[in-house]
Amino acid sequence: MSPPETEAGTLRVSDLHVSYGRSVQALHGVSLTVPQGRIVAVLGSNGAGKSTLLRAVSGTLALHRGTVDSGTVHFDGVRLRGDATRSVAAGVVQVPEGRRIFGALSVEDNLKAGFLGSARRSRAELRADRDRVFTQFPVLAERRRQAAGLMSGGEQQMLAMGRALMAGPRLLLLDEPSLGLAPLMVRRIAEIIREINAQGTSILLVEQNAAMALELSDRASVLDVGQVRLEGASADLAAADEVRRLYLGESYGTGCGAPDADAPYATSASTPAVTGPGLTELGRWNG
Amino acid sequence: MIKFAETVLNGLALGSVYALIALGFVVIFKASGVMNFAHGSLLLFGGYVTARLHDAIGFIPAVLVGAALAAALAGLVQLLATRGLRGAEIHTLTILTIGVDVLLSTELNRQVGADYLTMGDPWGADVTRLGSITVADARMASIVVAVVVIGAFFAAFRWSRWGLSMRSAAADPEAAALMGIRLDRVRLIAWCVAGALAAVAAVFLAAFPAPGLDRTTSQIALSAFPAAILGGMDSAVGALVGSLVIGLTAAMAAGYQNELSVLGAGFADVAPYLVMVLVLLVRPTGLFGSKELTRV
Repeated sequence: MSPPETEAGTLRVSDLHVSYGRSVQALHGVSLTVPQGRIVAVLGSNGAGKSTLLRAVSGTLALHRGTVDSGTVHFDGVRLRGDATRSVAAGVVQVPEGRRIFGALSVEDNLKAGFLGSARRSRAELRADRDRVFTQFPVLAERRRQAAGLMSGGEQQMLAMGRALMAGPRLLLLDEPSLGLAPLMVRRIAEIIREINAQGTSILLVEQNAAMALELSDRASVLDVGQVRLEGASADLAAADEVRRLYLGESYGTGCGAPDADAPYATSASTPAVTGPGLTELGRWNG
Repeated sequence: MIKFAETVLNGLALGSVYALIALGFVVIFKASGVMNFAHGSLLLFGGYVTARLHDAIGFIPAVLVGAALAAALAGLVQLLATRGLRGAEIHTLTILTIGVDVLLSTELNRQVGADYLTMGDPWGADVTRLGSITVADARMASIVVAVVVIGAFFAAFRWSRWGLSMRSAAADPEAAALMGIRLDRVRLIAWCVAGALAAVAAVFLAAFPAPGLDRTTSQIALSAFPAAILGGMDSAVGALVGSLVIGLTAAMAAGYQNELSVLGAGFADVAPYLVMVLVLLVRPTGLFGSKELTRV
């Protein structure tokens, strides 16, 4: 099957089966397409296979002793065979879950490390890319000499994204970019994802924060124990009963359910920190 | 006072040679997580090549060939470990280096026999007098060469693409792989660099006042081991500082052994390990060992 013209810049995952070791099967025939310039979200709970899917695309399965048993990954009509360096050279760059910045290195060295896998070599290109990242993330310019590990979680997420942008991605893979961030910072990261996409980079977004992911993306797939359970336009999925119940935490919005679990803490006089504003922030993101 | 100055200079010279060895240990450990127990044999191999070739091709070329072959041999060990035993645990690879050490040292012992091989170095047994202080030229040379070689290493580590790849891969191999950095290549180069450093160190371990290269030279090289551990095992700066501390300690204990005779005749051999244990009691991760720089 030779790639037609429409394959340009498209990620196409076809019937992918992945296992870890001999017995643990993580993906059972997952298919997914990210057309050029689009944002596609993958939702699912822990263990659904979201990270495994990204590893198969970025070529880091081997580092986790995983193997592709069958199925293919194509980007831009070229088959990706599980070699991270080749994936990066082809323009597929992943921002890992938990940010994974190089903590002891300076902010600037982190960005330079992002440039190492890029096909481009010259110092002028390095500087141009770095300045573009500094324009997008002014806080990184302010802290360029600081050890990256000393920045806040949100700043580290920005650095992780800036580092990936240094490789000149045509498709950016984002693994849980909102993980562990305060609601305001989640909003900021969402804006940044939109900006990056507006500049022409396609995005495959893996998230547990379904509200954010569905708001940002054009299409979305819901993974469940290694299979695509639902797939469709994000607006349709956001309206689907099943998604609302499973991933958007309907019960939160009505004021019962989960908040009750916090009741013992809320009644404790010594910890009055869990109060209204925090919950309304949550509500905004869940609704 | 004269004796003290001479002892300090001897200590610095010894420390500079240890630094060449300890840096190799640390580079390999940082890049691949493997404690290379074959390092002493690699060193002996590099020295042996230099000793055999210097008559035919001259001293400097012989050292360069020795360094190149030791680098190649170290690279071969790494290729064997990654290609032949893909997916093996780090501990397995560490034990593999013990096997390599046994094989190499057995064969080299057979080749060297009971001889002392001269390195053909230009310093011979010459000494220089600085005022009333007397120093062996070979020791001055070892300090100069070590400063130049180690300076070049640190410059590459800090500013070159390889250095950044190396630091990234050591900090987080998976994140580095996601940046397109080839982990296999970074590790291979690290092993080669360590092999070359060890071969250079062999020249100075065998130079005056040592009688020449013999089969115990690889055991002397093991004295650099406490230097690497003392410095923190995963810190290049630590290896440097640790080596100087160990070198000075060894030289002091040897130079003042009459004053220290109450501690026993062989105290100079034990002193480096004693310092290592004392430092580890206070700082379990070594002087410059990884302290996690994270804020949650």
